[in-house]
Amino acid sequence: MGHGLWTNKIMAYDKFNILTSTAVPLPIENVDTDQLIPARFLKATERVGFGDNLFRDWRYNPDNTPKKDFVLNNPTFSGKILVGGKNFGSGSSREHAAWAVYDYGFRCVVSSFFADIFRNNCLNIGVLPVQVSPEFSEKIFSAVFADPKTEIEVNLTKQTITLLSTGEKETFDISPYKKDNMTNGFDDIDYLQSIKTEIQEFAENLPL
Amino acid sequence: MSKTLFDKVWDTHVIRKIEGGPDVLFIDRHLIHEVTSPVAFLGLKTRGIKVLYPERTFATADHNTPTINQHLPVADPLSANQLKALESNSNEYGISYWGLGHQKNGIVHVVGPEYGITQPGATIVCGDSHTSTHGAFGAIAFGIGTSEVEMVLATQCIMQPKPKKMRINVNGKLGVGVTPKDVALFIISQLTTSGATGYFVEYAGDVFENMSMEGRMTVCNLSIEMGARGGMIAPDETTINYVKGREFSPKGEAWDRALAYYKTLKTDPDAVFDKELTFDGSKIEPMITYGTNPGMGMGISHDIPDAAHVEGGAATYAKSLGYMGFHEGESMIGKKVDFVFVGSCTNGRIEDFRAFTSLVKGKHKADDVTVWLVPGSHIVEQQIKAEGLLDILTEAGFTLRQPGCSACLAMNDDKIPAGKYAVSTSNRNFEGRQGPGARTMLASPLVAAAAAVTGVVTDPRELIEELV
Repeated sequence: MGHGLWTNKIMAYDKFNILTSTAVPLPIENVDTDQLIPARFLKATERVGFGDNLFRDWRYNPDNTPKKDFVLNNPTFSGKILVGGKNFGSGSSREHAAWAVYDYGFRCVVSSFFADIFRNNCLNIGVLPVQVSPEFSEKIFSAVFADPKTEIEVNLTKQTITLLSTGEKETFDISPYKKDNMTNGFDDIDYLQSIKTEIQEFAENLPL
Repeated sequence: MSKTLFDKVWDTHVIRKIEGGPDVLFIDRHLIHEVTSPVAFLGLKTRGIKVLYPERTFATADHNTPTINQHLPVADPLSANQLKALESNSNEYGISYWGLGHQKNGIVHVVGPEYGITQPGATIVCGDSHTSTHGAFGAIAFGIGTSEVEMVLATQCIMQPKPKKMRINVNGKLGVGVTPKDVALFIISQLTTSGATGYFVEYAGDVFENMSMEGRMTVCNLSIEMGARGGMIAPDETTINYVKGREFSPKGEAWDRALAYYKTLKTDPDAVFDKELTFDGSKIEPMITYGTNPGMGMGISHDIPDAAHVEGGAATYAKSLGYMGFHEGESMIGKKVDFVFVGSCTNGRIEDFRAFTSLVKGKHKADDVTVWLVPGSHIVEQQIKAEGLLDILTEAGFTLRQPGCSACLAMNDDKIPAGKYAVSTSNRNFEGRQGPGARTMLASPLVAAAAAVTGVVTDPRELIEELV
């Protein structure tokens, strides 16, 4: 079972191996977590309904009618891959932003640059953040706008993202540890539980 | 081997390194609040496990709480439900809980230091990105998501790859009317909202050595706004004097042991950072933001830059200015202000209220501005009264609210209406942050005070006779 560090009994999210899908393009830079999920939706005490509120205020008018010019309301574009502008996910540590992405139906976000905490949250819940070069990001946007039905393959095993129409591809980074987790749907808690005694002994010798 | 302050604190807390993966880091202090904990506790229930170190875990209610009539039941049912969940979870798992009505209640990053939970050289996490605040004490403090909150509750550990290290030096004497908030906004304007992503920042130089603990907290608080994992300042006499004797600070023999540790917490002279920047503090002006991220700030006397002089795409810049109703080349001075908010974990402490009060003393609140003064905790609230600041504020037409995160993120009823302009001492000016359609200008308590009495964006230096 992957790196063999522990036996995992609870799968936290669906495994991610190879995803082939059309993509939804959002060529806006600095998409922050308040746009991904406005604060008023953080009052939930369960992970329910977050997909409905992804990009809520960009997606819906105050009277809850859909904003016609927002990409999620445009039936031309659909898929499990969201392509964003650079510095995606800046701002808050709210994991709810990653939940909203996953629960809406995206398993992968592609951008030329991710904010740290958001990237981490995605990896922890099964959304794969794929960082590409600014040039490749441009290529993807061009391809998707030219043909909304064009498919992209995200191969976690090979760490490649490929525009299937042309075969152009790039490799992306992910730590071997996180890759293993995502491939198997693992999370970290069972591992940490298995070294609990070591943790407690360690704590005895700390100054605080 | 030469080590930075960050290395020393980080390495002290590493239990294991995972090959090709993160470090397993022990967490000294875990702060929790009502928004990012409920699903974490649900996770513990599902796994059937307990909180490993309840005594290292501290809970407060701040994000959802009303800032008036706190003695009444919370009106919003979802907020009430979240608060009740934290209360019952805390009780069930043996965690101390400072809820609404508790004398220790307040904003998590205000009360942590007040009560000595925050200590130099500690690792501190919380499900809130402004946890970086505690770095002011030379702690490694950062925000985490709900899954990690569950991880820390269950195992008191987090798995984190070690970030790169950046040092930001600021030297020189700050000008009149220039506050720690301005220093922070200046730095972020130079780095942009993603300029420190992947780094942990150490702030050094005489500007920080001369800064009070509260000022250091303001600066470290905003580290996340340039994408940094966290920010820290080396502890010194100022730090030790602040923490000594506080309720949860180590005492007796434990204090001696802690103090010996604190004295080791400095970057070695020849330690190397992955990136190092230096700024001249004497050139910093009172700042104000004009756009929709905290990096879009400038000296208050400047004009809004052209897209050509701003990092990033023109379309994004146009969208940002369009949302704010501002234009390239405009001056911010004289722009109408509808709301002023003083508070938040950034600027909700006693020195912030002293600064605000010093500038409004003898003047009067402008008629067409709504002003919300929200202390960060009951201690701050009590101090405002005890020092006579409340009398001065009342005389000037202001009222004081009760502690909470309030309009910083507007989860409670303190929302800026759509289209209205707010000068806010908080930390984010994203679209809709303070309410759908709200237009936020981030600034210091002095800039907020100047706007509160004139009703427009005003350079506080025009109004300053003496600084507190």
